[in-house]
Amino acid sequence: MRLQHTASVVIIPLLAIVLALVVGAVVLVLSSPLVGGQLDVMLPVKAYAALAEGAFGSFNGLVQTIVSSAPLVLAGLAVGIGFKAGLFNIGVQGQFLIGAVSAAAVGAGLAHGSPLLAIPAAVIAAMLTGAIYGFIPGFLKAYTGAHEVVTTIMLNYIAIQFVAYLIIGPMRATGATFARSPDVGAAVLPILVGRNGHLGILFALVAVPIAWWLLFRTTVGFEVRTVGANPDAARYAGMSPRRILILTMSACGLLAGLAGAGEILGISHFMPAGYSTNVGWDGITVALLGRSNPIGILFGGLLFGAMRAGSNLMQIQAGVPVQMVDVLQGVILFFLAAELIVRYVFRVRAAHAEVTELKTISRSYGGQTTP
Amino acid sequence: MDFILHFPVIGLLLQFIGYLVQVVVQNGGLIITLSTPIGLGALCGFMNERGGVVNIGIEGMMLASAFSAWYVASIASGFLSADAGPLGITLPLLIGLLAGLATGVIVSLAHAWLSITVRADQIISGTIINIVALGITGYLALLISHNSPPSAGNFHSLSLPQPLIDFPIVGWVLRTFVEQGPITLSMLVVVVVLQVLLYRSRWGLRTRAVGEHPRAAETVGIDVIALRYRNVLLGGLLAGLAGAWFTIEYGNSFQSGMTNGRGFIALAALIFGRWTPLGSVGAALLFGLADTLGQAIRQSPPAGDLGAVLGAIPPQVFTALPYIVTIVVLAGVVGRSVPPAADGQPYERETSTL
Amino acid sequence: MRGITKRYPGVLANDAIDLEVRPGEIHALLGENGAGKTTLMNILYGLATPDSGEILLDGKQVRISSPSDAIRRGISMVHQHFMLVPVMSVADNILLGEEPMAGPIFLDRRAAHERLHELARFFGWELDLNAPVGMLSVGWQQRVEILKAVYRNAQILVLDEPTAVLTPQETKEIFVMLRRLTTQGYSIIFISHKLYEVLEIADRITVIRRGKVVGQRVPAETNEKDLAQLMVGREVELTVDRGTSHPGEPRLTVAGLHVRDDRGREVVHGVDMEVRSGEIFGIAGVAGNGQDELVSALVGLRQPSGGRVHLDGIEVTGHRPRDLHKRGVAFVPADRHRYGLVLSYPLTDNLVLTDYYDAPYARGIVRDEAAIRQHASEAVEQYDIRTPSIDVATATLSGGNQQKVIMARELDSDPRLLVLDQPTRGLDVGSIEFIHRQAIAKRDAGTAILLVSAELDEILELSDRIGVMYRGKLVVVMDGRSATKEEVGLLMATGGRESAEATVEASGGVPR
Repeated sequence: MRLQHTASVVIIPLLAIVLALVVGAVVLVLSSPLVGGQLDVMLPVKAYAALAEGAFGSFNGLVQTIVSSAPLVLAGLAVGIGFKAGLFNIGVQGQFLIGAVSAAAVGAGLAHGSPLLAIPAAVIAAMLTGAIYGFIPGFLKAYTGAHEVVTTIMLNYIAIQFVAYLIIGPMRATGATFARSPDVGAAVLPILVGRNGHLGILFALVAVPIAWWLLFRTTVGFEVRTVGANPDAARYAGMSPRRILILTMSACGLLAGLAGAGEILGISHFMPAGYSTNVGWDGITVALLGRSNPIGILFGGLLFGAMRAGSNLMQIQAGVPVQMVDVLQGVILFFLAAELIVRYVFRVRAAHAEVTELKTISRSYGGQTTP
Repeated sequence: MDFILHFPVIGLLLQFIGYLVQVVVQNGGLIITLSTPIGLGALCGFMNERGGVVNIGIEGMMLASAFSAWYVASIASGFLSADAGPLGITLPLLIGLLAGLATGVIVSLAHAWLSITVRADQIISGTIINIVALGITGYLALLISHNSPPSAGNFHSLSLPQPLIDFPIVGWVLRTFVEQGPITLSMLVVVVVLQVLLYRSRWGLRTRAVGEHPRAAETVGIDVIALRYRNVLLGGLLAGLAGAWFTIEYGNSFQSGMTNGRGFIALAALIFGRWTPLGSVGAALLFGLADTLGQAIRQSPPAGDLGAVLGAIPPQVFTALPYIVTIVVLAGVVGRSVPPAADGQPYERETSTL
Repeated sequence: MRGITKRYPGVLANDAIDLEVRPGEIHALLGENGAGKTTLMNILYGLATPDSGEILLDGKQVRISSPSDAIRRGISMVHQHFMLVPVMSVADNILLGEEPMAGPIFLDRRAAHERLHELARFFGWELDLNAPVGMLSVGWQQRVEILKAVYRNAQILVLDEPTAVLTPQETKEIFVMLRRLTTQGYSIIFISHKLYEVLEIADRITVIRRGKVVGQRVPAETNEKDLAQLMVGREVELTVDRGTSHPGEPRLTVAGLHVRDDRGREVVHGVDMEVRSGEIFGIAGVAGNGQDELVSALVGLRQPSGGRVHLDGIEVTGHRPRDLHKRGVAFVPADRHRYGLVLSYPLTDNLVLTDYYDAPYARGIVRDEAAIRQHASEAVEQYDIRTPSIDVATATLSGGNQQKVIMARELDSDPRLLVLDQPTRGLDVGSIEFIHRQAIAKRDAGTAILLVSAELDEILELSDRIGVMYRGKLVVVMDGRSATKEEVGLLMATGGRESAEATVEASGGVPR
């Protein structure tokens, strides 16, 4: 019974990936005239081979895969934990940006001090501000009923403007050729492995088991899951859905902020005004792929990390733009949402206990204030 | 004391209102133009949500339509004559427009299928549309840019005879509302039509019933699934129109991600407008005004104290204004906005329990 | 209807059912909850498709695949849960689906209103057609439902448990109205599980059990005992032997309690009552007279706007559910799917839903899975919960077993006060018996029990004392063993003022 359930939970995402690769191959063949000037049925093979080689073919490629996965895993957790509480956190992008700009600010401020002070300070600042940025939609949902999907989308755009204001204005590095913050200096995360395997990898690796333990082995996690599955029953059971909603959104923001810190302190070392990131959407895909389970999210994150890491080689060797990964990502999501097709194509029977949280997010959209 | 404290503020406020009026008078036409994609997007959302289907994929629908309208028009211009009729309408542009509309409908079909037939979560369905649209258009646009396809041009605004425009007040109204491109003009018509139909037609009555209590509607013989499909697909037409505005009316080329969040502002306008056509487009106009105001302050700042005060406000504040306003409205600080009761809930025809 | 069969996953809801209804008759369909009555009617109304069988109308075979087919063929249905759109007006609700048109697009509201006024006059009602339906009382909403059917010129009218939410007096009014409709040529299918009602109103009675027709009767040739036996399939005690009770000291004391509803209107106006240990205090009342709000205030789900609540002499006014639970308040909620259970959870988690946070199920914030599982195994045994394992999702259990899960959890802690809100709604006779016995056992063990029920029979059967809620007030408290149905029913309808005018008012005047 239990085994069957686990199998089904793993099988559907895997099949969705397979189907997406097939659809991706069709897209590649159809668009091959634009890539190489003529129809090329072998393009998918070339492209996927280059993708795999880029991701796993060399030690540095492998490290790059892991480095790319780290923020995706954290973002996936930031979405997935929200799902568990019945919340759809589309605001990872904003929380990430706020965390990133805070890390950049604190890092720049302590650039000439000791790394032992600068790194923790910058990381904690990012987590705190990310959590605050998650707190806002959580609070609004809990006390006014404003649906988090709309508020977090709005907060994403506000974050973009806020970052632009800071970097163009008060935080702008003097003497830089373009609008950017100063270097973070001492707050740069040390490289642990390979060319760029920085400390931020560990953030993600540590966050996964902690999240799993909190969700499934503690009373707090039980409360979060209960509020997500049935907020009325949670209230009846003496829990405080409001408190839980706010706590969960803040925790999600904290994780997203941490991801932001990892990217700034580990990779770019400064914050540009127009920092563009897909991390919010990626996080949603990873969370759905991982079925909102931290362990599933770890694997989902690694998969997308591999695709992002390998996509550069794909562009160089096969001439296929890196955006192909976005297409694959969308198609995977489509098949995950339309489980029906996957089940039909592969004749997989429905698991006994359905993954309910994915069907309940829109439920509160119709105006009811849940708490 | 109070008197002294309040006087300059009131003075500034009056000056600001004066400036606002000036901006509206001078830029009325531009405000309406810039509000078009937001207004049409909000109307698309209206078509979806009044029947009970949440649509946060408006952004993706618009983006996909913008791309296909532009690309198809561009291809068509390669072998069709570009003789311009009134409003700059050419055959390639018309074909592009049709492609944009068709794309809106096809993407909506995917949304309808996922959220009505498969009963996937509607917000997730919308999210998927946003991600896929951004990915595919970005991918294709990059591939196409190697060949730098020709532009098919774009629609022009209606131009009225000079004597009409010179007429006081009426002239301004005509200049603002009528001297617009065909897509903007169509929005102005559609919003009025939808508003009337919503409360006076059979379609409106049934749509409202299905959005509030689908099972009740079904028991009196209304086909809930069909009505939702029809409304979502019609909404797709409006999203297609909004998308086409970007590439064959306001501009004449496509850039990756060019809708730049307007689909989400459309969602905000729908909420701000309390799920009514007039309200949504009204909200879209307000958001358009906020945008225009930000630009106006940079280009022709008001004189005196007001100029100093407004100049001190970072321009990003004005850009962020629609988003902030939406959150404030949604939080019920300024009156509560309540969506249709069954919004977001998939409908299951046959009860599976006893 | 001939040989109707319908199978749902795991259940045979209808098994070759035959049903024949004659013009101008009231035909009762009697059966327990879950016997398949509603499924059969959904098939007749095109809301469900039968796996086999046929439907004949006036001798001709018809296929009814949607409600619009049914309506076109003159079949109308009044559902147990009203199918009305609360925010839309009375008129719009009635028109919906059969709109009179002025041209191809626009509605002809004026013509519609004239027709509706005429229909209302026929029944002698004064109805504000522009009032939103959500503002009407339950009794009036039901009349709107019946108007919907009449407006559609239905020939066959199906009423699914129409009296469930009405007072005995309102029920009588509805019966008069139904009789009047049959004289106009209507055939009426009356679905119920209440024996005496069926005997009173029906011309013929068809009894179904577990999806099968088990008998047909004419009221003159049968009685309640006979029908009950047919319905349940075995000899049943119509009443549980409640034994004698030995009330002790007051456990719950409520003084001048005021409570507001979700919209901020005060719906409980100064309730005073006392529930003693070892007694069952029943609250009767027409739905919507403030019982829900009273209960939710007593269990901490709602803040009272005034008054005092004492438990064992300690003030607990406005305390949170958690705190009340710790002080020994157990609560079996009316809506078990909404409040009582998390349906997607396994039994293990639902059985600790209210005490998951404390020893023995948790130390600090860490859950003790072993203790939780052991508890579940014990509860399944002790309360005879029929389940394949303790790990299955609670949603897969039958309604009766789900209620047992809630009872097991709530009774486990030996509560000082047990609040039972509609504890048997929608359950089969076996489960009802089980729950009533459990309640009496707890009473005998000294628990104070507050029973709220819309089933007047249940109140009369179990209560040592009965309070009647009317318009937010507890209008009278009487002895439970001597109270009669008529007496309590009248109080529910009038609140104690015995004028005809009050009766009309109680069924809910239309706000003008």
